[in-house]
Amino acid sequence: MKKVNSHVLALNGDEAVAYAVKQSDVDVVAAYPITPQTIIVERFSEYVANGEVQTEFVCTESEHSALAACLAASLTGARAFTASASAGLALMHEMLFVTSGCRAPVVMAIANRALSAPLNIHGDQSDTMAQRDSGWIQLYAENVQETYDTVIQAFRIAEDTDVLLPTIVGLDGFTLSHTLENVRVLPDEAVRAFVGTRKFIEVLTHEDKTAPFRLDPDYPMTMGPIALPNYYFEFKRQQEEAMSQALTTIRRINAEYSQLTGRSYGDGLVEAYRLEDAEVAVVCLGSTAGTVKAVIDALRLEDVKAGLLRIRAFRPFPVEQVRKLLQNMKAVAVMDKSLSFGGNGGAVYHETRHALYDADAHPRIVNYIYGLGGRDVSPGEIRQVYNDLQNVARGQLAEKSVRYLGLRE
Amino acid sequence: MSHEKSWREIAPAGVCFKSSLTFLTGDWKTYMPIRDREKCTLCLLCVLYCPDAAINWHPDKQNIEFDYNYCKGCGICANECPTKAITMKLPEE
Repeated sequence: MKKVNSHVLALNGDEAVAYAVKQSDVDVVAAYPITPQTIIVERFSEYVANGEVQTEFVCTESEHSALAACLAASLTGARAFTASASAGLALMHEMLFVTSGCRAPVVMAIANRALSAPLNIHGDQSDTMAQRDSGWIQLYAENVQETYDTVIQAFRIAEDTDVLLPTIVGLDGFTLSHTLENVRVLPDEAVRAFVGTRKFIEVLTHEDKTAPFRLDPDYPMTMGPIALPNYYFEFKRQQEEAMSQALTTIRRINAEYSQLTGRSYGDGLVEAYRLEDAEVAVVCLGSTAGTVKAVIDALRLEDVKAGLLRIRAFRPFPVEQVRKLLQNMKAVAVMDKSLSFGGNGGAVYHETRHALYDADAHPRIVNYIYGLGGRDVSPGEIRQVYNDLQNVARGQLAEKSVRYLGLRE
Repeated sequence: MSHEKSWREIAPAGVCFKSSLTFLTGDWKTYMPIRDREKCTLCLLCVLYCPDAAINWHPDKQNIEFDYNYCKGCGICANECPTKAITMKLPEE
């Protein structure tokens, strides 16, 4: 693939999503507004009004309906997109499972936001973490550039015929959604060529005919009907297989995109930063990684062997990569921007710790809950985490493995 | 029971690989509708009300017929029949 020229636009995260969707030849966008996602569909509706896209734009009466509309469109073979956050994503909960169960490759941007109560419009990852078992791929972007790139990649990943899973692209509410960055955007034709058109697997229908897997009056087909105890389990096992396939597809699309743009994000699943010779490492998702990298650079000048493992794909969770990259650390701090109440820590902590259980060596591992309700996390606080980690590495275990960063005690 | 396929052998998303015609739901029923030809005026309301399209109108015979392979015994036809020509009975009755 030939590398293409890009030009620079000043975009915030939401605008970058809208721009990527505009370029990705999307047939249907159905959405309902919610902060901090609103700008995405606002911008996109302008593209529709200006005739810059041929997309069918559906204003629905709720997020539940928005995803239902995207699901139906996707099942006919259309490329469908929606965006939401927080309570909106929560209202979609039922349809999330229907969409993944119907293997509809809908792409959805989530401007990550806290859940009520108390009401809070600011950024944390409670909304998507609460949907981690809904069968959707979840990718988290570190900055606005990656948000743009990941939305384009998401269509390829979701629609890959080995995968066929709906995909969430998470961008931290306000920190990314409303923050202006210089973003390198590709020419329209380059994106259109990269995303291509949807391909369809062939399935056997009830009429004993082979037909493309999409709703088409010429080939009647029933999708997502009742499956009783004798078959339901088999369909769920297929979804798990698709998640395993996605581990390969996400890496392949990251590599292909890199050939086109020169930009890649680790292996697509995880990004290791100064981790090769590190002794203490932080694990996090999303925009916090930018702050952590700056702190690492400063600590390295002070001869602290600090590193970062940024998890880009939380679903499917890259167990092997996490194990391989972390098992030789002395101490690991997992940062969670959400809390699993009563679960002894956050989801990223649980899964990272789980990945390390079968490792050859076992680093000491602690959890930091941080940033809930959009509370800022400062470089000073990240530095404190690394200081703590050096103590933990020396065997000074604090009484509690789950800690709170930036909380008034 | 016929051979049940593994997860590797079936289409995704629960796509039906057998026609519903082969799935005889009539064996779900407890009570079955029995029609009294004397009372029936062939108004065909039962044909319209049947949620399973299990009552067939045969214009050639000028008659209706219950398809007990698919009638689930819900009793809607008996309830709606204006002349009370349909009664729900246990098969042994």
